[in-house]
Amino acid sequence: MSYAAAELAARSSYGRLLAYLAAWSRDVTAAEDALGEAFLEAVDAWPRAGVPEKPEAWLLAVARRRLVDVARHAKVEDRASVALRLVLDRAEQEASAKAMFPDERLKLLFVCAHPAIDEAARTPLMLQTVLGLDAARIASAFLVAPATMGQRLVRVKAKIREAGIHFEIPEPHELPLRLASVLDAIYAAYGSGWDDVTGADPRRQGLAEEAIWLGRLVTRLRPGEPEAQGLLALMLHCEARRGARRDAAGVYVPLTRQDVALWSRPMIEEAEGLLTAASAAQQPGRFQLEAAIQSVHAQRALTGGTDWEAIALLYEGLIRLAPTIGAQVGYAAALAEARGDESGLAVLGVLAPEVVAGYQPYWALSAHLLKRLGRAGEARQAYVRATGLSEDPAVREFLREGFDTAPESA
Amino acid sequence: MKFTILVYENESDFSARSDGARKDAYWGAYRAYTQALTEAGIMVGGAGLEPPPHATTIRQRNGKRQVQDGPFAETKEQLGGYYVIDVPSLDKALEWAARCPSAASGAVEVRPNLSM
Repeated sequence: MSYAAAELAARSSYGRLLAYLAAWSRDVTAAEDALGEAFLEAVDAWPRAGVPEKPEAWLLAVARRRLVDVARHAKVEDRASVALRLVLDRAEQEASAKAMFPDERLKLLFVCAHPAIDEAARTPLMLQTVLGLDAARIASAFLVAPATMGQRLVRVKAKIREAGIHFEIPEPHELPLRLASVLDAIYAAYGSGWDDVTGADPRRQGLAEEAIWLGRLVTRLRPGEPEAQGLLALMLHCEARRGARRDAAGVYVPLTRQDVALWSRPMIEEAEGLLTAASAAQQPGRFQLEAAIQSVHAQRALTGGTDWEAIALLYEGLIRLAPTIGAQVGYAAALAEARGDESGLAVLGVLAPEVVAGYQPYWALSAHLLKRLGRAGEARQAYVRATGLSEDPAVREFLREGFDTAPESA
Repeated sequence: MKFTILVYENESDFSARSDGARKDAYWGAYRAYTQALTEAGIMVGGAGLEPPPHATTIRQRNGKRQVQDGPFAETKEQLGGYYVIDVPSLDKALEWAARCPSAASGAVEVRPNLSM
């Protein structure tokens, strides 16, 4: 087990305890504080008295007492306090009886991605509550000032309490949309979606493993949801290529030039299995389509070639469902390979200038296509623009090579 | 809102400026970054600075003036230049700052400008 995997296993316990306490108290902040104090008490007591036989039940009992104390001090209405205590007593009995307690993490995920919660706060909230990541690490991943991230998380947790957002599995009629929000938030933790033109390495964010872990959690707690399976398949396909995305000198290698021997076969096989299972439900969706696109790319390991026409068709379907700038640039890249560079450039040409102004993959693909068409002057300009918008030195180096090999004048 | 992006470079960055094998990559990256800021319409101003040995530091204490060669503090990373940009929020400023080449080697500091 890697260090990260061990860390995630430890976090699993934290997330389960917190979800349980938050679901019953309906107060995420109070639950976090109570659990935090329980952990502190454990650090103090366990080395002296030994680790209890059922550590989770022990932590739950301590956190429960803290929650009841806090509720009493807050002069919560007597009846509510009594109700809370009864509920928690029952929980403790359950916990000590079976050393197990209900897994409420799915409900917590639904709360984090609730429509009343600001979209930008959903993923950070999930990472903090379900995985116990601290605000500073989340802030780094999302390129936000840590103080700002801390404030946002505090505000959003107050909102859950004040708006009385319920910890529950949504009604069947609203479930598909609510589940889609949960999946979107998990995907946001993985990073930008597709990796062939962007050059983005989701690992630089440091949250790829966390996102995959959350994806697995959802497929386990809610088996047979085709879009959840699609999302996990998509992330696994992208993750499978991690080792191939940089060459020995650390320079970025685009998907089409990656050495397939460096792809992770087990991850690809798992992704393919998930995609097959998802397709049985015959409910296509955004993530299944994105995973299917990556699946076509993965075929190159077996056939040696890439069916660009199939990829272009899948992108057409994806754009109908989710016309994101990423999908449109991906479509242009596929079309250029399938039907010629002019077709790809035509797709890029209709995108709104204000949308593409700061979008690096648009400029990287433009540069690539313009160069192949012999329009060197325009290509060099696009290379410079793409370089200026890149964060990653490996990508800048790759683009500089492209720039240098575009002839000085057309 | 105006923000200043302070570009802190390490010794290797400073030497890359004139190193035959590395200078094209160095200047190419900064030219591209500067151009991206300009084309995004957010560039207010800025300057690249000569390396720390070119610095002169002045202090006045108790009516006594002290002039010293070199930068005011000996730190591993030194100010190599700055950009002033105009963007709607700190989040946006950080997004641009992360693209500054020195983020990957030295450091980049972002500060809101005082409104005067």
